[in-house]
Amino acid sequence: MNFGLLIPELSLAAFAIIVILLDLFIEKKVVLAVVSIIGLVVAAFFTVALWGIQPGTIFGGLVAIDNFALFFKLLFLSITGLVILASADYVSKFSRFRGEYYALLLISTLGMMLMAAATDLISVYIALELTSIPLYVLVGFLKDPKSSESSLKYLLLGAVASSVLLFGMAFVFGFTGKTHLSQIASAIQSASLPMASAGPGLIFGMILIIAGFGFKIAAVPFQMWVPDVYEGAPTTITAFLSVGSKAAGFAVILRVFYSAFGMPQWLGMEWGIIFAVLAAISMTLGNILAIPQTNIKRMLGYSSIAQAGYLMVGLATVGVAPPADILGRSGILFFLAAYSLANLAVFIAIIAISNKINSDDIADFSGMIKRSPGLSLALSLGLISLIGMPPAAGFMAKFYIFSSAVNHGLLWLVIIAVVNSVASAYYYMRVVKTMWVGEPASLETVPSSPALKVALGISCIGVLVFGIAPGLGIRLAQLATDIFKF
Amino acid sequence: MSFNYLSAIVFLPMVGAIVIALLPGKSAGSIKRVALVFTIIPFILSLVVFALFNKSSGAAGLIQFSEKVSWIPAINAFYHLGVDGLNLPFVVLTAFLGFLVILVSWHIDLRPKEYFAWLLLLEGSILGVFAALDLLLFFLFWEIEVIPMYFLISIWGAGRREYSAIKYVIYTLFGSAMMLAGILSLYFTTGSLSMIDLANTGLAPYRAVIPAAAMFSLLLTGFAVKLPVFPVHTWLPDAHTDAPTAVSVMLAGALLKMGGYGMLRIVVGIFPDVAQRYGTVLVIFAVFTILYGAAVTLRQTDIKKLIAYSSVSHMGFVLLGIFALSQVSVTGAVLQMVSHGFIAGLLFAVAGLVMHNSHERDLSKLGGLARQIPFITVIFTLGGLGGLGLPGTSGFAAEFLVFIGSFSSNAVPGLQVGTILAVLGVVVGAGYVLWMIQRAFYGPVMEKFDGTEDAHAVDKIYMVLLVAAMLLIGIYPAILTDIIKVAVLPILR
Repeated sequence: MNFGLLIPELSLAAFAIIVILLDLFIEKKVVLAVVSIIGLVVAAFFTVALWGIQPGTIFGGLVAIDNFALFFKLLFLSITGLVILASADYVSKFSRFRGEYYALLLISTLGMMLMAAATDLISVYIALELTSIPLYVLVGFLKDPKSSESSLKYLLLGAVASSVLLFGMAFVFGFTGKTHLSQIASAIQSASLPMASAGPGLIFGMILIIAGFGFKIAAVPFQMWVPDVYEGAPTTITAFLSVGSKAAGFAVILRVFYSAFGMPQWLGMEWGIIFAVLAAISMTLGNILAIPQTNIKRMLGYSSIAQAGYLMVGLATVGVAPPADILGRSGILFFLAAYSLANLAVFIAIIAISNKINSDDIADFSGMIKRSPGLSLALSLGLISLIGMPPAAGFMAKFYIFSSAVNHGLLWLVIIAVVNSVASAYYYMRVVKTMWVGEPASLETVPSSPALKVALGISCIGVLVFGIAPGLGIRLAQLATDIFKF
Repeated sequence: MSFNYLSAIVFLPMVGAIVIALLPGKSAGSIKRVALVFTIIPFILSLVVFALFNKSSGAAGLIQFSEKVSWIPAINAFYHLGVDGLNLPFVVLTAFLGFLVILVSWHIDLRPKEYFAWLLLLEGSILGVFAALDLLLFFLFWEIEVIPMYFLISIWGAGRREYSAIKYVIYTLFGSAMMLAGILSLYFTTGSLSMIDLANTGLAPYRAVIPAAAMFSLLLTGFAVKLPVFPVHTWLPDAHTDAPTAVSVMLAGALLKMGGYGMLRIVVGIFPDVAQRYGTVLVIFAVFTILYGAAVTLRQTDIKKLIAYSSVSHMGFVLLGIFALSQVSVTGAVLQMVSHGFIAGLLFAVAGLVMHNSHERDLSKLGGLARQIPFITVIFTLGGLGGLGLPGTSGFAAEFLVFIGSFSSNAVPGLQVGTILAVLGVVVGAGYVLWMIQRAFYGPVMEKFDGTEDAHAVDKIYMVLLVAAMLLIGIYPAILTDIIKVAVLPILR
């Protein structure tokens, strides 16, 4: 077995353990953040080094190392890096357990990396739990009533979702006799499986799997936990949940559905349409419910539901498109990268501002441009990207995903999506308006640490680069999805 | 071409915006001077382009000053700028107004740094819309323009400024969402994003998955919101009324023209057959917009709102000219857009000055100002006469071309009736313009306006320049019509 392929994960796990051990001996906790960042950089370095290698498998085919997995690993490592940088100001709120905070973040990242690489239902499930369990803890890290409540809510609903997922997997296993994705695919395509009788059961299993994953990506109707958890969790963890967890969910959906249920074409149509309907509902409901929100974290919770809807437009395209089509698949990857950068920019700015004003109410952001032009500008840029307006990355991402949907006869869905984008402008712009037009409550500037500024700078530059010159990002996304071929 | 004129014209204002944003200190004077430098150079460059432009009729369909670089290879998108007779007038117009609005804003002292940065970004993005020949690039600039407009109206505006600003954003985004769906459908039918290639080949060689009429309506909706056409015009009076003066000038002068230009270049240019098929419907919309706009204008008492509604009516002439689909009428429509840019720009600038100096915007409370502010009165009267289409002004030349072009065109059934009805709009126009001038400037002199200041030297500069431009086009329209009519021929083939 070639463990060389697993170096990024192994090194990250090692660093997580180092962080926990160091925590016992070291008084200056900032060292832990530095060590975590080093761990992420080392893992990212190995990931980049592996890019472009001959795809290989490990653990008897449970985990695959290919460009697709590597793309997501790099994305998760960057996300976690930015979140840890942005935590620099925030961790002072935690009286204890700072070492665990960093270690749990790293372990959850490890789970996400495995999610993107898992090629067997068993390893998918294990990776999913490895991602989720640290998150249940992290959500409750503030230890105040709201945080604890949201943690419990997340845990209970997460457990239900996991069991639904397992139930669905069991159905698929029952009808195909396999757990490995490619073996499931060949079982489905083989003539020996009578589709007339097995088809409905298989589709039932598929729907349960969608429900299980739908929880992770916060799609309607599996979104109930989102607003409460987003509001209650530490803001850094909300940021992490809103991008990392969602991206991992999409990575695993893309791989499972494409590898196992991509063929024959009618099966793809089947789940393509399911995702199309879920996309339409998620976008519409997410946007409508975001409009009346007064708490910015809750608003972003609903906005992330809507964003999941746009992403599912991509999934629907993948389902209905012929397997040769690469635009829809790579569009999802590009959208995830652009969305992660924009959402992180928004959250990082909010972390800094809320830390100073001790409030997450949109009204309290009034006149922020006079108190802190840099943070306000970054927050505005992030929100503009989430609307999908140029020159920010969100525009290119939407353009890319919607264009492939139009190409495959989903014009109706794209029209719903663009109308939704317009509606979303209303509540995103309201935050921008409050910051630029409102009168400041005081003229005190908002302090932010250098680490947070670096994180904010990186995400803003990323948003602009992906928005103005998206060529490289699109190319990488296409290389990453090249592995899905029949 | 060794020097990239068009890139310089488009990006200098944007660079200026960044320079202003980064400029240390809060001195309003230096900010204004920087803004002036970064707008006057593009204006001069645009005049150079105009002078060097090949105006012979042999240049029909030829893109000049073309700059084409691959931008996003994966979707076949290019960074492609270029001008022909269709967009060159607008590039010059926008650069001209972009420079003048800096003078119009000379008295701004609320958060000047942000104000001028947004104003320059606005100018740059409008220039980008007119210069871009790639659909994605066009759309990119089209959307960028919304952001500075939002801030300019909501921070520096008056009245219900926040409401007007968000209304503007929502309407524009709704229009551009439709347009985006149209562009995507077009892209997937043809695989190309080049406006020029698409206009040259048409849709005939491609297998149509999505009906051409559907793409046509999606794109048309996007442009109709911007022009604006009844019934999606209601954002315009609000935005105009509450926007700061310079932004009203830019909005009426350059922004609305993006809609008309887009209709010509993209909608009619790529779908000439569909345009002909639905021509009658659009002519009806045009006539309705003209008459409805004019009738509503008559009722207005707010000086800015009055000019705003008259813009709606005037843009109806543009729609009529475009969908009459004859060389003369389309040339007239383009000329009308340029002419309206000067005239409405002038009227808004002067009305803004009247409001600023007299602190009154309600026509029923104004009156007798001719004695106190004679210079402004003369200029405003000249602008008003241009607006009602007095011979010798650009308004006459443009509207006359639209009317004879439409009346003699056989491309669309029912045109003659439509044209006759549209002419009524001019009659009403004479009514509201003269009435407005009479109510604001003549009648008994009021004591409360005794201390009202007349135009300053800075104000006189832009007023005289705009009047000069208006008269130049009015007396010698061939300076523009010669290049426009060459460029519209390939569209109407």
